[in-house]
Amino acid sequence: MKSNHLLIIFLLFATFGFAQKKDIAGIVKEQSTGLPLYGVNVTDKNSGNSVSTDFDGKFSFKGIASGTTLVFTYVGYKSIDYKTNVNDSNIVITMVDEAKSLNEVVVIGYGNVKKKQVTGAVSVVNSKTIEALRPVKVEQALQGTVSGVNVTTVGGAPGADISVRIRGISTNGENRPIAIIDGYQGDLSTLNPSDIESLTVLKDAQAAIYGTIGANGIILVTTKGGKKNSKAKISFNSSTGIQETSRTLPTLNATEYALLLNESYANGGKSLPFPNVSGLGEGTNWQKEIFNPAPIINYDLSISGGSEKISYAVSASHLSQEGIIGGDKSGFLRNTARISLGADVSDRLKLKANAIYTFQTRKTLNDNGLGSVLFNALNVPSTQSAYDSNGEYSLVPSTAGLGIEIINPLAQIENTYNDYELRKLNGNIGLDYNLTDAFVLSSSLGFNTQSGQSKTFAKQISYGGKVFDVNRSSVTQGSVFDNNYSLDIYGTYSKKFGEHNVVGTLGTTVFNEFGNGLFATGYDVPYNSWDYADIGLAKGMPTTAPNSSYTYDERRLSYFARAQYDFKGKYLLSAMLRRDSSTKFGPNNRVGYFPSATLGWIISDENFFGGNEGVVNFLKLRGSYGVLGNDQIPNNGYVSLLNGESTYVFDGAIVNGLATGQIPNPNLKWEEAKKFDVGLDLKMFQNKINIVADYFIDTRADLLIPNIPVSGILGTAAPGASAPTINAGTVKNSGIEFAIDYKNTFSNKLSLSLGYNVTFIENEVTAVNNGTGFIEGGAFGVGQPAPSRMQVGKPIGYFYGYKTDGIFQNQAEVDAAPSQLALGAEAQAGDIRYVDINGDGVINTSDRTDIGSPIPAATMGFNLQLDYKNFDFLAYTFASIGNDMVRNYERTLSDVNHLDYVLDRWTGEGTSNTAPRVTTSATSNNVFSDYYIEDASYVRIQNVQLGYTVDPKYFGKSGISKFRVYLGANNLYTFTKYKGYDPGASSGAPIGGGIDYGFYPIPRTYLFGLNVNF
Amino acid sequence: MKKYIFITVSSMALFSAIFVSCSDNFVDRDIEYSIDSENYFNSKEDYDKALIGAYDLLQSTYINVLMGEIASDNTLAGGESPTDVIGFQQIDDMTHTPVNDNLKNLWDWMFAGVQRANYILEFKDKIDFEGKNQIIAEARFLRAYYHFELVKWFGGIPMNGDKRFTPGDEARVPRSSVNEVYASIESDLIFASNNLSPNASQVGRATKGAALSLLGKAYLYQNKFPQAAATLEQVITSSKYSLVSDYASIFEMNGENGSESIFEVQYTDVEGAGFGCLQCSEGNVAVGFSGIRNYTGPKYTSGFSFNVPTKETYNAFEVGDSRLNASVLDIAAWAAANNATYGKGNEDTGYFNQKYLPRVRSTNAQGDLNLTNPNNYRAIRYADVLLMAAEALNRGAINDTKALGYLNQVRDRAFGDTNHRISSVGAALTDAIWKERRVEFVGEGFRFFDLVRTGKAAAAISGFVVGKHELFPIPLVEIQFSNGNWSQNPGY
Repeated sequence: MKSNHLLIIFLLFATFGFAQKKDIAGIVKEQSTGLPLYGVNVTDKNSGNSVSTDFDGKFSFKGIASGTTLVFTYVGYKSIDYKTNVNDSNIVITMVDEAKSLNEVVVIGYGNVKKKQVTGAVSVVNSKTIEALRPVKVEQALQGTVSGVNVTTVGGAPGADISVRIRGISTNGENRPIAIIDGYQGDLSTLNPSDIESLTVLKDAQAAIYGTIGANGIILVTTKGGKKNSKAKISFNSSTGIQETSRTLPTLNATEYALLLNESYANGGKSLPFPNVSGLGEGTNWQKEIFNPAPIINYDLSISGGSEKISYAVSASHLSQEGIIGGDKSGFLRNTARISLGADVSDRLKLKANAIYTFQTRKTLNDNGLGSVLFNALNVPSTQSAYDSNGEYSLVPSTAGLGIEIINPLAQIENTYNDYELRKLNGNIGLDYNLTDAFVLSSSLGFNTQSGQSKTFAKQISYGGKVFDVNRSSVTQGSVFDNNYSLDIYGTYSKKFGEHNVVGTLGTTVFNEFGNGLFATGYDVPYNSWDYADIGLAKGMPTTAPNSSYTYDERRLSYFARAQYDFKGKYLLSAMLRRDSSTKFGPNNRVGYFPSATLGWIISDENFFGGNEGVVNFLKLRGSYGVLGNDQIPNNGYVSLLNGESTYVFDGAIVNGLATGQIPNPNLKWEEAKKFDVGLDLKMFQNKINIVADYFIDTRADLLIPNIPVSGILGTAAPGASAPTINAGTVKNSGIEFAIDYKNTFSNKLSLSLGYNVTFIENEVTAVNNGTGFIEGGAFGVGQPAPSRMQVGKPIGYFYGYKTDGIFQNQAEVDAAPSQLALGAEAQAGDIRYVDINGDGVINTSDRTDIGSPIPAATMGFNLQLDYKNFDFLAYTFASIGNDMVRNYERTLSDVNHLDYVLDRWTGEGTSNTAPRVTTSATSNNVFSDYYIEDASYVRIQNVQLGYTVDPKYFGKSGISKFRVYLGANNLYTFTKYKGYDPGASSGAPIGGGIDYGFYPIPRTYLFGLNVNF
Repeated sequence: MKKYIFITVSSMALFSAIFVSCSDNFVDRDIEYSIDSENYFNSKEDYDKALIGAYDLLQSTYINVLMGEIASDNTLAGGESPTDVIGFQQIDDMTHTPVNDNLKNLWDWMFAGVQRANYILEFKDKIDFEGKNQIIAEARFLRAYYHFELVKWFGGIPMNGDKRFTPGDEARVPRSSVNEVYASIESDLIFASNNLSPNASQVGRATKGAALSLLGKAYLYQNKFPQAAATLEQVITSSKYSLVSDYASIFEMNGENGSESIFEVQYTDVEGAGFGCLQCSEGNVAVGFSGIRNYTGPKYTSGFSFNVPTKETYNAFEVGDSRLNASVLDIAAWAAANNATYGKGNEDTGYFNQKYLPRVRSTNAQGDLNLTNPNNYRAIRYADVLLMAAEALNRGAINDTKALGYLNQVRDRAFGDTNHRISSVGAALTDAIWKERRVEFVGEGFRFFDLVRTGKAAAAISGFVVGKHELFPIPLVEIQFSNGNWSQNPGY
């Protein structure tokens, strides 16, 4: 706002100008922090003389004529023209960081444009947001902060994978967007969030410059660098927190459980398992036993600065997190170190270099699927005590009523031993050479090299006849090396011809990823102990081949060209063409061309608009269309290799031969994403309100479907064989994105910023060309058909099962209804009534239908920031509306524990029309139906933080320029009707996501933190 | 201006240098450490290794045995609940439809076996070496084995000669007739029986005796009695095989590959397995599925209580028949006598398939123990050859005396005496042979197909519809893949 004040002052005083010479001194400050700026260039426009500000931001000019314009320039800040006047002697100039204005530069891949002139659908999350959110992993900073991006976790376990989806799920293959870090292809998940200057999400055809990797969207990551001519800035952040479970499910206590079991047995005509329930009391609360508060600690330190020709930034960070289940048995640790360097080697040659070293360790528990710790905790009866009379973990009885998969979750945690270590070095070296003022030749070499070491110890253990019993101890170790490099060389020609601006870019990229993995198993670990679990000590003779390995080498060669043109800065046009050749595709289809174009019109710059001082300060219309590709498919799908499994037994011993693996498809080619987008950028009320709206249609054609179901006569079901990857589908995502921000500074004491964004996406599969029109996936219960499908006319991954119509209240209703015998058992009063969809008078597999979809109809974020005096407050919320989830964490056996909703079960006519009777006798109530599907819409308060900044003057000359302490809470509360742990979790699978085996709940974290700058 | 010309020229030169050096050759790379299946078969070892792959699918025939029993009147589906493996439950009740994951598995796995045998046969002329005919004969035996399973379950199936199916063939290659499939089976087995060694070089390999026995069976299934009798008698007169005196011992671990064994599917438990790929297991999955639920006690280990024999099966045995206790376990009596405990599953009858129950395991056994039971499947026993020969001789009106002799060899062994011999002839003898087949082979997966081929299925199996249930439906998705090329079996 101060710049506006300056403008007003300037306008007022300009009229009083006198041509009078005098000395002028002043100070230049930075707007947001109020700190003096060192090295600001101050030029007298008349004489051309210039001076620089000193370390205190002070400057002085002698003999300036009144009315002279002084030009203040500073890298990264908006230049200011200041017209001196007669009264000036000691002026204060406040400079605004360009990032806060329309002149902010947005990276768009192989170049950047002013935000004002962006013509694609591009969203930016800057370091300020990341610093406010303080996410553990970078991807979390995208949840709810930008429209069109959905972030789901595979569970709340520390270090768990996070999946990012840009504008919906477009393929049943890989939906992950590609991350480009400072120009090279990299991995978001290992970065330290505080090293990031900005995340730029390319959502539409703007990403076409990335051709065959752009279809899922591109996330451009810019890491922090130093600033030239700036004093060293030292920043230290730390936070310490306690995590706890955000949810415990209401399971039955021992008495409730026993009563329910008695009823179930009585209904089944069996004798009561608990003839006497008195004295059972509450029993064991298994969730209480396994959930424990766990610490999370985070430190990072960065030093940055620069001289006239050199800029630098160095940082280091440490994060350690234990799990709310199992403590360090599900612990995560990340250390990073980073250096960034920029140098003007000569006037024409600029160098930049970046290197990041990451060390991660992670331990995991079985946290998803039948047999996960939580699955056990929910199903073990509350009548069972956790420990036996000797203080050992009790054994869950192996009975027909409890099955052979449910074990004591505490024993399971205790006996789980694994470790994973990742060491990674990534970075880039780039050179920019200004051949002329108009032509810049750029080159960049980016690289990632990482080694992952894993170890899993299978302890010899008996759970008393359960599937998790291990007869013979073993240790399995893996060593994986992954490397890649990308070499970019491109030229950029920028020239202004009168009112025509032209930027042309032409270049080439070479990308190569290669690596190998080696895995081995040793048997008979000494002392059956993790302490001795290493192949070097485990000398037991293997009975099968104990080793395996793989290698890969994938390459891509690309040429690209882009022309950007604008007339008067208000008619904007760009066109791109990329040619890719890739080893992923068959010899018949090695090469693909990806064209795109974008258009923009800044209406508010038109004369008829009447200037930008009115209600509407800025209005831009933009549109884009382009074709992008996706090549993230299994390697070598075009050739038939002998990598199948060929194992038989001769002379009583295993013999191994060779057999074919995946069926080849020599015609394999890239998926084509046809992206259409029209958008609107609007600023109103002195730029206080900022609106971005987009409508998009993203049609993914020639969808690459790996392992597409094909006829079994081709031998695809042989061990180690698989069906080919075929370009066989079309998925359409269309939707609307809308984001509105409101920022206002009411006084220097109070400022407010509000943000809301919403994304509506409609997903529809429009073709599955394999003869059947659908593909199945996912799993439900035990021994049941696949519950999820990708099918023409439906959203991808919709749930396919029986539709229910309440509960049969009496035998007459049963008799009048179609037979349900084909589902397993004939119905009785109290059982679920299924709908005869095809009306053939019998309920069978043909009556399965669409019973829900895991894809939300809308996702939205609402964010608030409030600064008052020295206090700051922020809150980030996220909502997902209309997503369904499958309740699949209940083992359907007679003696397992239940959630308390079964207390509302049918016990006689008129008692319930929602939950069926309990009985040990045969029913068809367990088949996959909408009874197991729940609305998992939710609103989550993701982040709340209250900070207090101590006035630096208290620290005197200690050099501290900022000292802020804060209290925060992550995942404070989730509003939902969903009964399970986490309505926002998903396995990430396009078909079969949203099936809940008891997802590790996302922890609620209370943080205390400190930010200090020197 | 000169400066600009220089810059333009030099930058163009630089760019063209880059573009030329980065030609598309960059993406023409060899795939490291891999073998292209189409440039294979360059040595005898290559054929040997591919042949192991063709044998591999024999292990997946566990599902044929399990579902064959469940489909018959011998057993009920059982399992954990009426919704546990609904495909089995429906086959048990004869309510199965073309949508049945387990029938689809059977279809897929048998065709995978055919495909792997044809991989070798497609390249059979690539090189020559000593012992090649033995390899080709084993491959043709295996192809016939898989084809025989397919024709029993589905009737006419698509066949592609000695070539593998390639994508698109499902819409081009029609279903051969049942006769054509049998003609192929006969031709394969005649070749195999003429070229296979009488003695297996390794236990588990197909032999001349195995090929003749399977050929005889194929003839019998077509009611070609003279050919069946002649072929099966070749096996008998070879004197390579003999009945084991203690019937029960055949099905214990040390009874595997015994003197009565003509062909056995080999299993082991030294390699782990999971539900994600049941056909990948080196163990006999049917055994764990048939196991006693939550069993603790001697001799056996637990399983999933599918495939439980009915009371009627138990009662089918005559008094004094040693095969009863070897075939059907009365769990209540066993538990009482041996201090064992167990749980009850769906459709509990109190009986279990003793022959293929999980036994106590070695310490080398790898998990999931339910899926890795090492019990070999006794695919062709000498007793089967005797009874098939007897049936062919009798039904072909060739020689009832011989037929009686073969039948009574089997009965003598079963009762441990000669007091239970049969002396009837003609149709009565036919009935006696059929009755004998049931009690001799209960739990071994033959019953359903014996009932079908003898026209007795409708009388024995409730829900069986004549003209429909003789064959199982082609999986619906396969009909869809074929794009109208294949028609569904009648009634489905």
